[in-house]
Amino acid sequence: MTDAGNTQPASANIQPPSPPKLIVWLRRNLFNSWLNSALTLLAVGSIYFIGRAVLEWAFFTADWRPVTDNPILYLIGQYPRDQIWRVGASLLLVSFLTGMSWGKWQGVMRTFAMLLGAGLAVLGIIPAGGQMGSLAVRLFFLINVPVIFLGFLLGSRKFVTGRWVLGGWLFSFLVIPFLLRGTGAGTVLPIVETSLWGGLLVTLILAVGGILLSFPLGVLLALGRRSSLPVIKIFCIMFIEGIRGVPLITILFMSSIILALFLPPELRIDRLVRALIGMTIFSAAYTAENVRGGLQAVPAGQIEAAKAVGLNKFQTTLLVVLPQALRAVIPAIVGQFISLFKDTTLAIIVAINELLNIGKSILQSDVEYLQLQFEVYVFIAAVFWVLSYLMSFASRRLETALGIGER
Amino acid sequence: MSSSNSHSNSHARKSIIPFWRDERVLTAAAQIISAIIFIGGLIWVGVNLLEAAEQRGLSLGFDFINDPAGFPISEAVIPYDDSYTFGTAFMVGLLNTLKISIIGIVLATILGTIVGLARLSTNWLVNRIALAYIELHRNIPLLVLLFIWYFAIFNKLPPTQESLELPGLLYINQRGLYLSWPRLTETGSLFAVSLLVGLILAIIAWVYLRRLRERSGHSTYFAGVSFVIFLVSVVLGLALSAWQPLWIDAPVLEGFNFTGGLRLTPEFTALLVGLVMYTAAFIAEVVRGGIQAVDLGQTEAAKAVGLKQMQTLGLVVIPQAMRVIIPPLISQFLNLTKNTSLALAIGYADLFNVGRIMINQAGRAVPIFGMIMVTYLIISLITSLILNIYNRKIQISEKST
Repeated sequence: MTDAGNTQPASANIQPPSPPKLIVWLRRNLFNSWLNSALTLLAVGSIYFIGRAVLEWAFFTADWRPVTDNPILYLIGQYPRDQIWRVGASLLLVSFLTGMSWGKWQGVMRTFAMLLGAGLAVLGIIPAGGQMGSLAVRLFFLINVPVIFLGFLLGSRKFVTGRWVLGGWLFSFLVIPFLLRGTGAGTVLPIVETSLWGGLLVTLILAVGGILLSFPLGVLLALGRRSSLPVIKIFCIMFIEGIRGVPLITILFMSSIILALFLPPELRIDRLVRALIGMTIFSAAYTAENVRGGLQAVPAGQIEAAKAVGLNKFQTTLLVVLPQALRAVIPAIVGQFISLFKDTTLAIIVAINELLNIGKSILQSDVEYLQLQFEVYVFIAAVFWVLSYLMSFASRRLETALGIGER
Repeated sequence: MSSSNSHSNSHARKSIIPFWRDERVLTAAAQIISAIIFIGGLIWVGVNLLEAAEQRGLSLGFDFINDPAGFPISEAVIPYDDSYTFGTAFMVGLLNTLKISIIGIVLATILGTIVGLARLSTNWLVNRIALAYIELHRNIPLLVLLFIWYFAIFNKLPPTQESLELPGLLYINQRGLYLSWPRLTETGSLFAVSLLVGLILAIIAWVYLRRLRERSGHSTYFAGVSFVIFLVSVVLGLALSAWQPLWIDAPVLEGFNFTGGLRLTPEFTALLVGLVMYTAAFIAEVVRGGIQAVDLGQTEAAKAVGLKQMQTLGLVVIPQAMRVIIPPLISQFLNLTKNTSLALAIGYADLFNVGRIMINQAGRAVPIFGMIMVTYLIISLITSLILNIYNRKIQISEKST
């Protein structure tokens, strides 16, 4: 019927004028039945009261001093201020590589690079006290933006292959820990004990380190679980189900406190590394289950075809099965990264100075801050919210880009 | 391969496939080597542990279980004080974990279903509010939410004298949450027994008569009969208990403290509220996904057959959605149970928290830690077992219809 109206524009004059679009929309979406109208009014009322209370609190009642006085604590904790350039250099390296990845692969990396640049620019501009407010730090954050762009320019050159960029990332993951920890007293890079590291830096180290280290382990476990060799299969199932059956907190506790008893006394492992081991073991069990899903999704015909071409089992797995399986599980791994990122807060239990723990110490650092828990924890919640929301936003773009679930 | 050239074939195999490329030898070798590495690793770890135990005077036995624990626990389901044994203390922790898990699972399922349905609402505003709720909870770490609930809200509540109150019903203050709670009178147990028997009989009648109807095709009024049986049991129970089966235990302010009523500690309440609200956000997504997975044609077909909206939902949509919902729901329940271990951060005496105090008190890190891990594993395995059986049951009903 509407089609008929469209094909005969002349007859449109006969119909009564249609109500404005807004009213149509309101009627359809908010007031289409008496129950919905009641719900709408109730919702509007509660949004008004809650929203007003929240805004009033945030802008008038709340005392944001523990956040604004020295925000750099939330970023790097107690990292020695005279060595701060090392954190900065690591960040510059990451910015540059993000830019290069953007130039090379476009797509999600573009979103990611944009978000990183925007985030760092915001950090450079917002009003802040302490060292964050100093010109040098502000300039440094702003410099990251052109560095990302520089990386982009380099990355979009033809002669820069994906291998270069991947190699760059691998290099940075190997170098950054050395850069942050140092090479020894008397050298350019004096040792900075990991107990001084803190804040978002440690949160990111635990999350990124955990997911990267757990990945190869998880792939091996997944392959082992599908293996036809009973001994290996049983080990892998026991490991995966054992880890997945207990809370992360017990694993962190074990790697931090109990593990030392199982190792020779000469072998003393750094506390941050112990926590990282816990995160890795935990994450590996979940990676294994994700990868197993991917392995199951590879059609049997692929394996048969590989056999027919004369590949042996090892080659079949490495060259045919894994590339297809891993591509299918990328979104799941990103999802796992986001939840691992949130789970790093549990490291507070084993006295690691990650973001939440820094918040806790800041509260205790000044008598005037003692009663400001709400402000500090809401701020930390907001940081986590923004970061994980952006990551899940990027991962949804990644899913569409990879076309998973559309084949 | 035929028998005529078997000799030459076996000869060929001998010469062409050396043992390091024979798959059977390789697989056997791989298994033996991995077993040796695994067992060797265990032995190495064990030797280290024994050495460490000897040097530091640690004991690895479980003989401490019957020693007095010597530490108080703030809340316990079973009688406990610091003269009870370590074993009892462990049980207290376990029961506290189970208590908060079960209550949490029930409440999170209810809230999650409501939010999930709100997410499907045709009302744009309700839909967006549900989305905001989900996104807010899914992107903030549970521990941060618990810190906000406990340190920033429950610890900041007014003192006893200035409680927030719904007079006669609910009082909230620094010391926790005080609820009016119905309790059985002395004769109330008769009422409870009568109610229970009536309920069982009603269920039996329902199942039997319903089957009878399905077999014979005649109406057997199964709902009506069951209802009457239940009603009779209620009246009988009331009569037996002299018409006073329950009394309301209301909290009363006496001096500086409330007495009576049901008291929930701030630790318990904060953990429960945090866990329920967090898990509900995930359950809401599961519920929404499950209902959306039901083909629209099913609803249309149900309408075409003349079913009312409630019938469509109850007889067509929900039974099919359940099959999609149950497996991820199981993993959410398990997550909630495992997440109760975050109680440590806010001081609720759960399994892990009590276990940690036990380690400090008894100095037996390894055995106690083993007990904690095994207990969590058993809880996880039993939960997934029960729910998997239920899951299988509803999957079978699909095939039979």
